[in-house]
Formats: sequence, C-alpha cells, structure tokens
Amino acid sequence: MIGFAVFTLLPVVVGLAQSLYTSKTTGLGFGAATVSFSGFDNFARGLSDPVFWDSMLRVSIYAVVIVPVTQVVSLLLALLIDAVQRRVANKFRLILLVPYMIPGIVATMIWIYLYSPVVGPLTPILNFFGLDVNFFSGSMIWVSIGNLALWGAIGFNMLILYGALQAVPREIFDAARVDGASEFRIAMSIKVPYVQTSLVLTGLLSIIGTLQIFAEPTLFRSISPETITKDFTPSMVIFNQAFQVGNLNYAAAQSIILAAVVGVASVIIYRLTKKVDS
Amino acid sequence: MTLTSLTADSPRTEEEVQKSALKPRRRNRPKKFRDGDDSSELSGKRGGSRIVVIIGLVLFALYSIGPAWWLVVSSTKTKEDLYTTDAMWFANFSLFDNLASLFTYQDGIFGVWLWNSTLYAFAGSIGHTLVSLAAGYGLAMYSFRGKGTTMGFIIGSFLIPGALLTIPSYLLFVQMGLYDTIWAMIIPAFFSPFAVYLAKIYAEGAVPSELLEAARIDGAGEYRIFFQIASRLMTTAGATIFLLHFVGSWNAFFGPMVFLRGDDKWPVMLGLYSWLQRGTDSTVDLTGLVITGSLVATIPMVVLMVAMQRYWRSGVAMGSLK
Repeated sequence: MIGFAVFTLLPVVVGLAQSLYTSKTTGLGFGAATVSFSGFDNFARGLSDPVFWDSMLRVSIYAVVIVPVTQVVSLLLALLIDAVQRRVANKFRLILLVPYMIPGIVATMIWIYLYSPVVGPLTPILNFFGLDVNFFSGSMIWVSIGNLALWGAIGFNMLILYGALQAVPREIFDAARVDGASEFRIAMSIKVPYVQTSLVLTGLLSIIGTLQIFAEPTLFRSISPETITKDFTPSMVIFNQAFQVGNLNYAAAQSIILAAVVGVASVIIYRLTKKVDS
Repeated sequence: MTLTSLTADSPRTEEEVQKSALKPRRRNRPKKFRDGDDSSELSGKRGGSRIVVIIGLVLFALYSIGPAWWLVVSSTKTKEDLYTTDAMWFANFSLFDNLASLFTYQDGIFGVWLWNSTLYAFAGSIGHTLVSLAAGYGLAMYSFRGKGTTMGFIIGSFLIPGALLTIPSYLLFVQMGLYDTIWAMIIPAFFSPFAVYLAKIYAEGAVPSELLEAARIDGAGEYRIFFQIASRLMTTAGATIFLLHFVGSWNAFFGPMVFLRGDDKWPVMLGLYSWLQRGTDSTVDLTGLVITGSLVATIPMVVLMVAMQRYWRSGVAMGSLK
C-alpha cells in the first residue's frame, strides 16, 4: 500500500526534479546537443523576455475580466435554479449541463463556426440589428474567446454552487421570510455567504485554467492567424519555444515561471477572499 | 420543542408552539406559510419574481443548447446547404452521406482516431481509478512513517499547473522511449494527486476500520481485504474518479499534441484540429467533415455522462466540500 502511494508521487517528483535540472542546462537542439550548465541564465532570459511577458499580460487582463464574470454568472444561474421547484430545476439542470458534455475542442470549433461570417448565424443576426461585428478582429478576439469560455464553464460551476446551496438549511430561509426579507435579500445575504467556499474553489480553478489557456487560441489561430500570433498566450509561447524553435530548456524555464505566476496568483486570490470573509 | 422554548418567549398551547417554531417573531401572520417549503412558497406568493426566474432560466438554457443545436443541424446538411440555408434549421437531410464520407476520407483515418481516443480514455481511466483507489485507501487506513509528508506532497501538487509538467514530461518520455507511443498517453494517466485525495477522503468516510479489524481477525490478508471489502465500499468514489478522468482524457489536446507525432496514434480531438487547420489552406473544403466529426466525437461523452450522472454529480459535490 505504501508502494502505491510512492508510485503516485514519483512522477510528480521526477517531473519536478527533471524540470529543475534541465532548466539549468543549454541544449542546442540540432545535431549533437551540447549540454552545459548555465545556472539561472534561462530564468534571467525568461524574466526579461518581452514576448513572454506580453503574452502573460494579455492573458492576465483576460483572466481579470473573465474569471469574475464567470463566477457571477454561474452564481446567478445557481440561485435561479435554487429558486424553482425541484422538478423544474432538474430539467433545467440537465439542459444547462449540455456545454459540459461537449468536449472543449468541439465546443471551440462550434463557436468558431458560429462566429464565422460564412457559415455562422451570428453575423446575419447582428447585421439585422445594424451591427457589423467581426468576431476574429483584434479588438473582438478576447470577447469571442471569453464567451466561449463562459459558455463552457457556467454549467459545471453552477453544479458545484448549486450543490453547496442545497446544503444550506432550509429553515433559515423561512425564518428570514417571516422577518420580511425579500427573495433577493435572502439570496444576497444568506445564500451567497453560504457558498463562499465553493466560490473560492471554482474561482481558483478558473484562474489556474485561464492562465494556461492553450487549446482555444490555438484553434482560433488556424482561422485567423493574423490576429492570433504564435506567441499569443504563455502556453503558446512555451509550445512554440519547445517545438518550433527547439529550445527545450528555455521552454522548461518559462514553464516554471508560468507555474510560479499561477501559484502566486492563486495565493493572492485565496488571501484576498479570506480577508473579505473575516 | 425544546428548541422553540429557547427561541420564542414561553409559548403555552400546542398550537402556539408549532407556530412559533415556524415564525419566531410575527405570530399573527396568516397561516399560508406554515407548510410552505422553499419552492412552493415562491410559486404561491411572488408570481412576478417567479416569472423573472423562469425567463432567466430559459434564456440561459437557450444559450447553453443553441450551439449544440447548431452542431446537430449542421451535421445533417450537404456542403452547399451549409453555406446557403438558414444556419439554425434543417435543409436536405444528408447525415448518412456525411457519415459515410467522414469514415472513408483518408482511408478511414477518423475511425482510427476514434478508436485511439477510446483506447486511451478506457485504459488510462481504469488504471487511474485502480491506482487512485488503492493509494487513497492506503493513506486513509494505514499509518506509516512519512504519511504526513506524503499527504503534504499530494496536496501541494494540486497547485502544479499542467503547463509546468508538459515540457519536463516530454524530456522524460524521450529518454524513456515513451515518446510517440500509445504508452505516453496511457501510463501518465495512472497518477493523479487529486484523485488520490478524493479517494482518501471517501475511504475515510465509507470504510469503517472496525470492519477491517474484523476481517483481519477472521484471517483475511491485506490484499484480500482491499479487493473484496474496501473496493466494494468505494464504488461511488471509483466511478466518479473514472468518469472525471475519462472526460479529461477525451478532451485532451495539449498532451497529445506534444507527445504524439504520427497521425495514426492521434486521438480524435487532435485529428479534428488538423482538419480544421487544413480546411483553410488547402483546396479541399473539410468544413463538413469537421462538423460531422465533431458531432460523432461528442456522442460517447454525452452517452457516458447521461448514463453515469448520478456518480459525477455526487463526485462534484464531494470535490467541492473539501
């Protein structure tokens, strides 16, 4: 049994050790790689690499917008579901989970086609209202990706939050109603504080996921390469560095920097939410 | 009843006790609140807000299923209709033609991709579930030196983002000769700290240590106890872990892209991506194939989730309560 536990840990430890070692060497990529120790050179380069930090900034701004939006919408959805009869709620719950059942890549493709001016219905609909929107333009691309992320995430987050709402003792609501609280007030003052732990959890998960975003922009890139560069997000920078440029060691160093940023962001968010709590 | 005497000021008759249990302060409000639970209350009293709630839900429901509906509709259309007819409604029904061309294009490589995805998902998930259950059970039921440290490592490794591990794993796999083999997709899937953690939490609740004591006294070996007693008590956790991993594996994109070179080993998601990419820069229009392929690639997921929703719902709740 101990063996099992060790076995589970081993890849993690090996992975970590590996990344630490390789990041300290420089391979040339072509021919016989000359591996030499270079200390923290890769890290120094990564920390001062404008391409890498541009991508980081892009994704951070995106995360600052999309994570709270997703949280608020999911919470709203959970509260709405919680407000109807259980029978109705179950039906809606299944419908709202449809996006979760659709694989991420397929979802991205669906939305790419929906956004597409040739096959998609969105462009004609918006034209009808006098709006001319190019979903793949530089100013719209994050909105397009954000909508896709929101669509994919709210169903699942709703499920977690709804689960937490179900655990709230019902008597509290009755007591509050008797005291003359409106349904809205009950939702804001009782239900929301109760699900705060779950909110923190879903929030952390979305931050970790968002900062590493890779698949969606990569797919969008195949439609709109002029808007989405090969260095659009940190993960894309790393992938490009490792497999197009061929500098695996630098890519490993960038991975560690990205991991550190994700970790720091998680800790900050966690602390902030704890503070609000107390 | 003892509770009410604490909250309300000395109620006397039986009826008053009942009333005050429901509404401690305003005792003179009409009785319609009395047996109203949360939902019927809302429907009875606040018609306006109920309508708002329903409208909100319907809008969200449309938003959720609209794109899925578009996928279903579009996969039944011919190439020409895809560009010319109303995007949200059916035209000439040619789903079967589309399916035929999907499975014959490039010597039926789509079938290979589908099989690969299925293989990776099943093999990976089964191993993943067994290892996680065993490790979680071990951590929950035995005390050994370094247990605390082990748990610390496991929880700490939640925070390691996948992006950190991919490049080192790539280097590791190249050295081990796993790169560009199906094992690169299956073996790493066995180990997940989060699943071990879930299994441990569940084992602590579901497997009573008295039962293990009893089995030991009856002379059962540790392995026998695990396989014949504990693993049965942990079915729910196992099913959840299996399902969550299956979904993750079916959706995987970054990993296969890094670890697999030959397109005969690709899972279906990577294959669809390659078609999407090619759709823009070659003379063949692959749009129809991508759409039909997407639909086909989604079906296993939907079937699995609908069949096992009991498990992953409880599993999600389990994860959220940590």
